Amino acid sequence: MTVELGQISLLAALLTAFVLGLLPMIGTYTGNRRFIAVSTSASLLQCLLVIISFGILTAAFVFQDFSVEYVARNSNSLLPMGYRYSAVWSAHEGSLLLWELILTIWIAAVALFSKRLPEVFRARVLAVLGWISVGFLLFILLTSNPFGRLIPSAAEGLDLNPLLQDFGLIVHPPLLYMGYVGFSVAFAFAVAALLGGEVSRDWVRWSRPWTLVAWAFLTIGIALGSWWAYYELGWGGYWFWDPVENASFMPWLVGTALIHSQAVTEKRGAFGNWTLLLALSTFSLSLLGTFLVRSGVLTSVHAFASDPTRGIFILAYLGVVVGGSLTLYAARAPKMIQGGGFAGVSRETFLLVNNLVFAVLAAMVLTGTLYPLLIDALGAGKISVGPPYFGLLFTWLLIPIVLALPIGIYSRWQQDSSGRLSGMLRWPFLISLMVGTGVWIMQPAIGFVSAAGVTGGAWVIVGSLFYVGHLLKKKSSLRIPASVLAMTLAHVGMGVFLIGLSMTSTLSTEKHLRMDAGDKYEMAGYTFEFLGTSIVRGPNYTADQGEFVVTRNDREVTRLYPQKREYAQRGNTMTEAAIDPGFTRDLYVSLGEPLDQNGQAWAVRIYHKPFIRWIWLGAIFIMSGGFLAAANKRYRRKMTVKQPATAKTREVTAS
Amino acid sequence: MTPTRKRRLIAVLVIITGVGIAATVAMKALNENMLFFVSPTDVQEQALPAGKRFRLGGLVTDGSVSRADDSLAVTFIVTDGLQSVDVRYDGILPDLFREGQGIIAIGELTPDGHFEASEVLAKHDENYMPPEVADALAKAGNVETEQ
Repeated sequence: MTVELGQISLLAALLTAFVLGLLPMIGTYTGNRRFIAVSTSASLLQCLLVIISFGILTAAFVFQDFSVEYVARNSNSLLPMGYRYSAVWSAHEGSLLLWELILTIWIAAVALFSKRLPEVFRARVLAVLGWISVGFLLFILLTSNPFGRLIPSAAEGLDLNPLLQDFGLIVHPPLLYMGYVGFSVAFAFAVAALLGGEVSRDWVRWSRPWTLVAWAFLTIGIALGSWWAYYELGWGGYWFWDPVENASFMPWLVGTALIHSQAVTEKRGAFGNWTLLLALSTFSLSLLGTFLVRSGVLTSVHAFASDPTRGIFILAYLGVVVGGSLTLYAARAPKMIQGGGFAGVSRETFLLVNNLVFAVLAAMVLTGTLYPLLIDALGAGKISVGPPYFGLLFTWLLIPIVLALPIGIYSRWQQDSSGRLSGMLRWPFLISLMVGTGVWIMQPAIGFVSAAGVTGGAWVIVGSLFYVGHLLKKKSSLRIPASVLAMTLAHVGMGVFLIGLSMTSTLSTEKHLRMDAGDKYEMAGYTFEFLGTSIVRGPNYTADQGEFVVTRNDREVTRLYPQKREYAQRGNTMTEAAIDPGFTRDLYVSLGEPLDQNGQAWAVRIYHKPFIRWIWLGAIFIMSGGFLAAANKRYRRKMTVKQPATAKTREVTAS
Repeated sequence: MTPTRKRRLIAVLVIITGVGIAATVAMKALNENMLFFVSPTDVQEQALPAGKRFRLGGLVTDGSVSRADDSLAVTFIVTDGLQSVDVRYDGILPDLFREGQGIIAIGELTPDGHFEASEVLAKHDENYMPPEVADALAKAGNVETEQ
């Protein structure tokens, strides 16, 4: 009977969200301070109610209540305890509840940590977030209730999809959602700023830490998904340009543009309207992603629900949010404050390059993702857009950002001279060129494009590090501002990522072959010997486990035990790859299928992947940079609205 | 024109040119990398040119899968109930590849009328039928199309 409490709690949360959306908003226009004050308590109460609801669903999984349809579909009495927790968000209904849970946590965080904001502005931010929450709660309650009963109750559950019985699934969705959903805060700040109208660019400074935290979470969430795909799907790919991956990548791209344009708007007042637009688009793209994944319009590994009513609901929701916010933007943005001008060579210009390229990249990904849907809707046939489309675009569009990045770091706001910049960047440029050429000479197989990628990565890393050195030299003290450290960390991460990507894309060796027990195969200096397979039993599966001895120069490097698992309940087969990870290379072995009756001949994949870890290492750096930037002390100072007069004088001096 | 206006004009022109080039490259890349979905009936009824890549979808005919003894080469037949196509593939088949299951193969027709696949996809769920395949089966009048 407890699961009904979960549903009641969710209904109560919906009512609270209505109150949160309505009363404080009315209060800000009528000046009713008691209405405004409701925003804090309603935010916290709503969060508590959703936590209760989520906890009840979790309890149903932990105690295996198979009378709940959602539990019966996605769990099984043999399921290990750890996966019973993560099974909560393994399918449509539960992952929406997780989405809502994370949204209410963000709302509660805004309510708790933004007491220093002007009262009216803060109340409007929370009210906007309240409306977002209303939409999602309605969606869950009307179309995707996880608390539905199964009558009669099932004696045994269907089991969790074995692909999802893995550490990656425990952490990937919550982190990804922290990012996705976190952009709602930047969105709400932008809408509140537009509603206020007269407010200058202060809202940008207030929203920066929130945006940075969401962006950092999204970075790591995407990276974890990629890492999970690499080791769990059994064929060594780490990014497929799958529409659902694109759905999470588009908010990241626009979010990256957003955090950079926020910097310009906060410091210089320029790009003000553009920053607003980016803040609105980032969350709109997050919602679009949710729509694409949850409506079943896409063919994808991730698309587990295909119920047309759900699709229509989210589409309507999307229409209200995107249409409403853009209308507000069109009505109010022209009246918002305009910033100062800047010269052709200035930090603003380079950040403009960043913004343009990231916005164009997002538009291109959006095109590639939606084009097949459009063609299908027009009845012109069913098509899909292959990875080469995306690969080609990114290769070309990365060039301007990578080139501009270090120059942008060194350049001054408003105006700088190209002579000064080229003087300072001479050494980083030469060093990176040498690194790239050196790699090309040592590994000719890498080819021109990837060698250029390595050069670009080195250019970004060396340029960033030299800048820190430059600051140290200029100042007598050894203290580097935290904001510079954060920026350097993230940019170095970008360089590390680029080098990993370039190296692994052309230097990897991949081989599919037939191996009998006792066969040997040599790759990149390593000898892989297949010793045969044996049967291994896990808690809810049986597996054929292969044994491979890997040697190099007759010395044993490692033993790898890839598995082919058979999950009893659903009859699923799963490939469990065996990986020997390393800083400069991964060795990857996975079993294909048995090729003879007694199971001693197998189809086998053997991969050698140089520098693939750098891709995720880079992402960890980028994420850390984001968190470090958000932790900056100056965001915690008293937040006041600047006098319009000072803003105006600034404007005059700047232009 | 004042210098400021001139600079703005140049900036705007640069941006428009850049975006224009990007859009052109993108459309070209999009057209070159578009893969059409084709059913076995389409293959047999329309004279598709050999060497053009597309996605072929349908059910794997029962008893049609045959493997070579000494390599990973495999052949099987894909059908939509009306027509069928012989598929050749050299590599590891996905875990959920079974006879009677819906699959998608990416590749091209050879001059002798075989489909040479470079990639074979089956989905990660035993209940799953790729929507294109379900659609093609429905068109071919096959009754077993309910998911």
